[in-house]
Amino acid sequence: MRNPLNKKIVNIEPSGIRKFFDIVNDMPDAISLGVGEPDFDTPYNVREEGIYALEKGRTFYTSNAGLKELRVEITKYIDRKYDLHYDPMKEVMVTVGGSEAIDVALRCMCDPGDEVLIPQPSYVSYIPCAVMADAVPVPIELKVENKFKLTPEELEEHITDKTKVLILPFPNNPTGAIMTKEELEALVPIILKYDLMVITDEIYSELTYGRSHYSFAAIPGMKERTVMINGFSKAFAMTGWRLGYACAPEIIMKQMIKLHQFAIMCAPTNSQFAAVEALRNCDDDVKRMTEAYNQRRRFLLNAFKEMGIDCFDAEGAFYVFPSIKKFGLTSDEFATKLLMEQKLAVVPGTAFGASGEGYVRISYAYSIESLKEGLSRIKKFIDSL
Amino acid sequence: MREEILNILEKNSRIDIKDMAVMLGTTEIEVANTIADMEKEHIICGYNTIIDWDKTSEEKVTALIEVKVTPQRGLGFDSIAQRIYQFDEITSCYLMSGGFDFTVIIEGKTMKSVAQFVANKLAPLDSVLSTSTHFVLKKYKDYGKVLDAPVKDERMLVTP
Repeated sequence: MRNPLNKKIVNIEPSGIRKFFDIVNDMPDAISLGVGEPDFDTPYNVREEGIYALEKGRTFYTSNAGLKELRVEITKYIDRKYDLHYDPMKEVMVTVGGSEAIDVALRCMCDPGDEVLIPQPSYVSYIPCAVMADAVPVPIELKVENKFKLTPEELEEHITDKTKVLILPFPNNPTGAIMTKEELEALVPIILKYDLMVITDEIYSELTYGRSHYSFAAIPGMKERTVMINGFSKAFAMTGWRLGYACAPEIIMKQMIKLHQFAIMCAPTNSQFAAVEALRNCDDDVKRMTEAYNQRRRFLLNAFKEMGIDCFDAEGAFYVFPSIKKFGLTSDEFATKLLMEQKLAVVPGTAFGASGEGYVRISYAYSIESLKEGLSRIKKFIDSL
Repeated sequence: MREEILNILEKNSRIDIKDMAVMLGTTEIEVANTIADMEKEHIICGYNTIIDWDKTSEEKVTALIEVKVTPQRGLGFDSIAQRIYQFDEITSCYLMSGGFDFTVIIEGKTMKSVAQFVANKLAPLDSVLSTSTHFVLKKYKDYGKVLDAPVKDERMLVTP
């Protein structure tokens, strides 16, 4: 039989998390601080709206771009948060999670050979999505001394005449880094100088501590060259509903909707009805969850400090990214040994790019009690090293 | 900070002060003082435990009683409420809007003892016009806690 497979796809490396996932799955008594989704249930009023939509028999397709009602709510929400205005009829699309939006945006913007700048450590799908779009992914290694933020110098160093797109993944998974208005503005001259397009992955936008998230597209002149991606998974604890969205200038959005139309048709209708409720009536729930995350964040940062483990002060998402360099193990060895000896799963930093070497990702999407148990196992483990 | 402390305590009043100080980014002394102040000011009125008595061998019944009264001139409902809520059997007493005046929640050993209390103590009070007693058959949720729901984390152990 002939080779049934496409070489480009075969050559994409499977996620480093996948390998870890398989080991953990064979250990039924393992506990984990390795989850990348909220521990909260979706607020009940949102779930109830989903149930009601089912009861009413709302099981049809929506328009390709998504329920009009939801698109209007999305634009109102963005307006309210960032004073940033999108046309719900022409510049918004509801997607199957933020992940689909990343994939679709890159496919729509890249020609073969175009280079996509990807700050790392960052979420696992940017590189494969760039490859699938026939683009060339170019990682930018972020540094702890810059608090894992992207500096204008680092950006400019990686630009060639092929560079087309910059991905801005902040608040960041796995580091918890955020970028402030001023730090984003510092990138603008470079972006203009080299005429770059920008994709912002703002899925953790609600989860920042001490200051509100600032959206890159809100900088004057940047909306025209930005695809803003966000979703419901993290802010509203709705991961399994698979619902995200993208906002972009009409010229880009038109092509994105076309791709989405042929590949996906439309995002799940039931989830879309529930999401309308989430945007309308969940401010208090989001506040409550954010408050709890912040308490856990402080708890973890303090615990690592007491253990003498370096951990920079993550201000967003629900991860901390402690350094394990001083133990003389690679991230992978550290995480594997910790799992084997203490039955605690954490994610090696290298799963998020080579620059994650020397770090592990600890999630605080867990109750304080679970965090305590996890921390006591980490303590036992490092004492034994 | 007061509000955040109250939110934490409302869910778990047994939390370690040290943990709470870390969670709030402040000192133990600050937390302890704030709590002490709120106790003094009667913002924090006490610390109770949520118990599912059905799982013990103890016999307990709970009843919710709708009470209609005649308010007293110049005193409104407060003085009659005071006459009612001082009985030890009564765990809660609320002034209500709508078709009746007070909701009184009462705990007793048996239905008979509750019925006797209503007949002998509550109903005969001067201002009480009528009572209507509803016995609780099963408690599903109390003080924000679902009583018979073991919490299980069903998420996959590792996700990106």
